[in-house]
Amino acid sequence: MAPAVPRSGDAIFANVERVNAELFTLTYGAIVRQLLTDLEEVEEVNKQLDQMGYNIGIRLIDEFLAKSNVTRCVDFRETAEVIAKVGFKMFLGVTASVTNWDVEGTCCSLILEDNPLVDFVELPDTCQGLYYCNILSGVVRGALEMVSMKTEVTWVRDMLRGDDAFELQVKLLKQVPEEYPYKDDE
Amino acid sequence: MIGVGKIKQYTNVLDKPLSKGRQEVSLSGFAYLFSELVQYNQTQVDNIGELEKRLEDAGYAVGVRVLELLCHREKGNRRETRLLGILSFVHSTVWKVLFGKVADSLEKGTEHEDEYMISEKELLVNRFISVPKDMGSFNCGAFVAGVVRGVLDNAGFPAVVTAHFVPVDGQQRPRTTILIKFAEEVLRREARLG
Repeated sequence: MAPAVPRSGDAIFANVERVNAELFTLTYGAIVRQLLTDLEEVEEVNKQLDQMGYNIGIRLIDEFLAKSNVTRCVDFRETAEVIAKVGFKMFLGVTASVTNWDVEGTCCSLILEDNPLVDFVELPDTCQGLYYCNILSGVVRGALEMVSMKTEVTWVRDMLRGDDAFELQVKLLKQVPEEYPYKDDE
Repeated sequence: MIGVGKIKQYTNVLDKPLSKGRQEVSLSGFAYLFSELVQYNQTQVDNIGELEKRLEDAGYAVGVRVLELLCHREKGNRRETRLLGILSFVHSTVWKVLFGKVADSLEKGTEHEDEYMISEKELLVNRFISVPKDMGSFNCGAFVAGVVRGVLDNAGFPAVVTAHFVPVDGQQRPRTTILIKFAEEVLRREARLG
């Protein structure tokens, strides 16, 4: 059998079932509003969004690997490119770009010009500390953790706070080698 | 320099041009998000009735916004004043925009004058949801019921909207019916309008 060729983000997105982005946007808005009403503290909401994103990320990675046929990434650079070009396209329908690599190649920024989560959204003055799209940072963190990379994901630029793009900084903390659940001598 | 320009920064979100509504995201992305919504709400409530209420409230907020968006974009700021008009708006336009297809059927209730039912073989939100036996008749379609209630309420047709599973012969999964029960004033107004 011929080896599976990794498919481009556009090809996969054209093949998966899609829904209207506005339903997605409005549902996400409803979630954030519920969290704000329940938790009231902006920091708590940020944490909860990150946790929800983490829960999504650990399941999303399976679907991503199954549908995209990517080969094992050689290094973190390739990982970041794959996330930006294939991962984001496949689920959100938009691509991100990767920039700002540091010297060791362990830290980079994903820039999103277009973000379906924030259509129609404006942050009121009472919620200025809110990272509205924090669910995305959780998703990236959760997905990478399932492929043995511990990362720290933070927002550098946020369009809802007046910047000109969404910039997500992904920093590789360490590669965790896979642990097998059984011992060889048992 | 010609040809080089920054994307115009809009300080006020209301000044941004309205999108045409063609953008799409993957179904699985939406399914993950919806499942997180349900899971989060499960931690906040003690019983199924409250869980359904919370999902419905989330849907209500969506419905309010959907009505405004669609009235402006699809219908040129005309609003429906008749019962059948608003029902067919929900059944066709709202469903088409949100779920990509018109609802399977719209029926008038036989037992009561004020009841109408929109049925769907499989609600989009329920595609990847399985309800454990100990949750009885819980239906995540409560979210969609909330959306419909939001649309109807803000269009001036207050109603109680609920989602029910209706088993169908020959089909393994039951179909979902959104039951709409209009308030008294709506029927009286409708009768007055003739």
